[in-house]
Amino acid sequence: MTVTSEAELAETIGGADAPLSLRGGDTRGMAGPGAALSLAGLRGITLYEPGALTLVAQAGTPVSEIEAALAVEGQRLAFEPMDHRALMGRSGTPTIGGVFAANVSGPRRLAVGAARDFLLGVRFVDGQGAIIKNGGRVMKNVTGYDLVKLMAGSQGTLGALTEVSLKVLPKPETSATLVLSGLNDPAAIAAMAQAMRSPFEVTGAAHDPAQGRTVLRLEGFETSVSYRIGRLKDLLAATGGEIEVLAEGSSETLWQGLRDVAPFHGAAGDVWRLHCRPTEAPALAAKAGAEARLYDWAGGLLWLRMAPGTDLRARLGRYDGHATLLRAEAAGALPRQEPEAPGVARLTAGLRAKFDPRGLFNAEALARSA
Amino acid sequence: MQMPTPDAGIIARKARVVARLRAALPRDAVIDDAHETRAYECDALTAYKCPPLAVTLPASSEEVSSILAICHEEGVPVVPRGSGTSLAGGALPTADSVVLGVARMAEVLEVDYDNRLMRVQTGRTNLSVTGAVEEDGFFYAPDPSSQLACAIAGNIAMNSGGAHCLKYGVTTNNLLGVTMVMMDGEVVEIGGGYMDAAGLDLLGVICGSEGQLGVVTEATLRILPKPEGARPVLMGFDDNAVAGACVSDIIKAGVLPVAIEFMDRPCIEATEAFAHAGYPMCEALLIVEVEGSDAEIDHQLALITEIARRHNPVELRESTSAEESAAIWLGRKSAFGAMGQINDYMCLDGTIPVNELPMVLRRIGEMSDDYGLKVGNVFHAGDGNMHPLILFDANKPGDLEKCEAFGADILRLCVEAGGCLTGEHGVGIEKRDLMHEQYAPADLEAQLMVKDVFDPAWLLNPAKVFPLDVTKGRRGSGASVAA
Repeated sequence: MTVTSEAELAETIGGADAPLSLRGGDTRGMAGPGAALSLAGLRGITLYEPGALTLVAQAGTPVSEIEAALAVEGQRLAFEPMDHRALMGRSGTPTIGGVFAANVSGPRRLAVGAARDFLLGVRFVDGQGAIIKNGGRVMKNVTGYDLVKLMAGSQGTLGALTEVSLKVLPKPETSATLVLSGLNDPAAIAAMAQAMRSPFEVTGAAHDPAQGRTVLRLEGFETSVSYRIGRLKDLLAATGGEIEVLAEGSSETLWQGLRDVAPFHGAAGDVWRLHCRPTEAPALAAKAGAEARLYDWAGGLLWLRMAPGTDLRARLGRYDGHATLLRAEAAGALPRQEPEAPGVARLTAGLRAKFDPRGLFNAEALARSA
Repeated sequence: MQMPTPDAGIIARKARVVARLRAALPRDAVIDDAHETRAYECDALTAYKCPPLAVTLPASSEEVSSILAICHEEGVPVVPRGSGTSLAGGALPTADSVVLGVARMAEVLEVDYDNRLMRVQTGRTNLSVTGAVEEDGFFYAPDPSSQLACAIAGNIAMNSGGAHCLKYGVTTNNLLGVTMVMMDGEVVEIGGGYMDAAGLDLLGVICGSEGQLGVVTEATLRILPKPEGARPVLMGFDDNAVAGACVSDIIKAGVLPVAIEFMDRPCIEATEAFAHAGYPMCEALLIVEVEGSDAEIDHQLALITEIARRHNPVELRESTSAEESAAIWLGRKSAFGAMGQINDYMCLDGTIPVNELPMVLRRIGEMSDDYGLKVGNVFHAGDGNMHPLILFDANKPGDLEKCEAFGADILRLCVEAGGCLTGEHGVGIEKRDLMHEQYAPADLEAQLMVKDVFDPAWLLNPAKVFPLDVTKGRRGSGASVAA
């Protein structure tokens, strides 16, 4: 069913006696078992103040609708949410609620923060049908506990988002990308680390081994971007190899592809997302023995395409990070989320029991099956 | 402001509790002498004082764990303390509580420039975190004005901000991982040296929880390479509304300054008398700072001054050197001291949507007349975080109460305008009883549920953040703390 108001949603959840499968646009194919409950009917931008860099929207509002409204004012969602459809083989319309429920960010997360860092306020309905608000529409707010962050990335296991208030940023005048060719993985990671250690505010750093291409994005005023491109070129001259510069148009196309993990589109196999210390990524990638790999966030995010059913976590052993099985050929063979240490697991279970005491939101199922 | 009646049963057991703490900790890590515990009887909200049962000064996560386990078994409340710089009474003890101060835990545990992070013990001061990496060209971004003294532990507890958060965010945006000791003594690790911890965003909820969910003993912090340079422009306007519109236009134009600071006339006058910064006498003064290379700064400042000119400024002073930058910042940085020369003051911290600035300033002016108390406004205009400074005379009977009532009215106004009670100082005891203004009962209940999970016996930092009537049935469950 589809609800069209927060009150209706609260009534539906309050009266439910069996698990509900909450969904926005269902573009990631991750809705749990149970009766489908779509939030896509909660739609519309309710407030947009470009001068205050804030926007409030109903959770079911399509991301494209928000991006279009922002573009009119020369602004954007700086965390660059990924579009999962091609990677996951799904259709549907991504919603802003879905973006925040899954804390979906893109390449710029490295420089500006994740989706959760841009979420200023939420309204949601918990598992008892209570309507709860937290945060607000101002950038600095430490009034009470930050349930805004708790809801971001909670995958709908603590409640159903109905409204989100977010921080937006101006879209810079221009962008350009520096392309380094022919670096092996460790050399590429070292080059990206060097660029990230510079004061030139790189807003994207990725390495695609299949193409032998290491890319660094700069954004800002025209004068600034050309100055910084020059300085970075000098800085990285010692890495050897050819350095090419992509202007705005081709730069944008390139980063949209990286954002959506285009190199993995259409290829079979399991898709893993690994978060780690950037400098440890090449060794982890080698250990994984993946069929394909792609480094984003200067190496802090490693995309791996593995033979179906491979237990990546068992191969990697202990490291500073975690792995999520985003797409699996065989459902349910491996846990989707990294199993938690006992202390953290108890806190997680405790929060779920409080916010969803009747287990309507499928927390267990969502963590287990990929 | 009311605090719960201390538990006489706990106070009667003081000798036993202290003996158990002494047995578990180094000799000098437990203080129970009434003279010595006095240093811990308040934080920077000095209007409220209460000596604790005892003070503990652990040097490691293990010692923190021992203290908490003992207090948990004894049913004794624990008040965590960073450097005691809270303006909200976040570290105010109760007579039946043990203060847990982290000041002895100040080590840098790891610096990793290639991954742009460092790990510290949380008793380390904010400024000395940057101090440990600045020679290598790095800094830790959140910069609360108490940064010389305040500890990272307190920064995490209050989710501290600073003047530069328009560009760099606040503590929660710069925190990658923590080691936290739960009230029962269990040590948990959340996040680490990587972006986006797994599972629920526990890091996000711990940050800003005012020491009520656990004691954070170690933190992995994001550090950033220092910009090539930074320079401000100062502009004066003869109308608050015009200055507000100018801020909005700068933001809309796509320039993202690292700081936009605002001062109103009472504050400018006090500052001039005190620091002689050469500020223009006008209704509103803005200091806008941008970063980059010299040429990049010139370009951005040119854009900003062009926007400012459209608003007919009475003064426009672009810095061209380090000396000129220092002169521009001099008055702003001495604003609190300047107000303090005139009288005692209370510093508020409400946040409003930037576009409501003119209305809120006008209403504060009207209330100032009604209450007969002067108020100066100095604040971070880019993010709407206001710092009204209400002047009062602590020696004049009734003045503090009048000042508190005025302050409460200003905070109600902030909420009414679409903002919140506190942008970076925290609720503590100061704004505890105003939480009903911002949150409905269901909203508060959801926050209490989080506390139930992390600290089921409700022993950590009692009687803070939430109105006492709301927490009555929960506080001191297990013990018998009367409200």
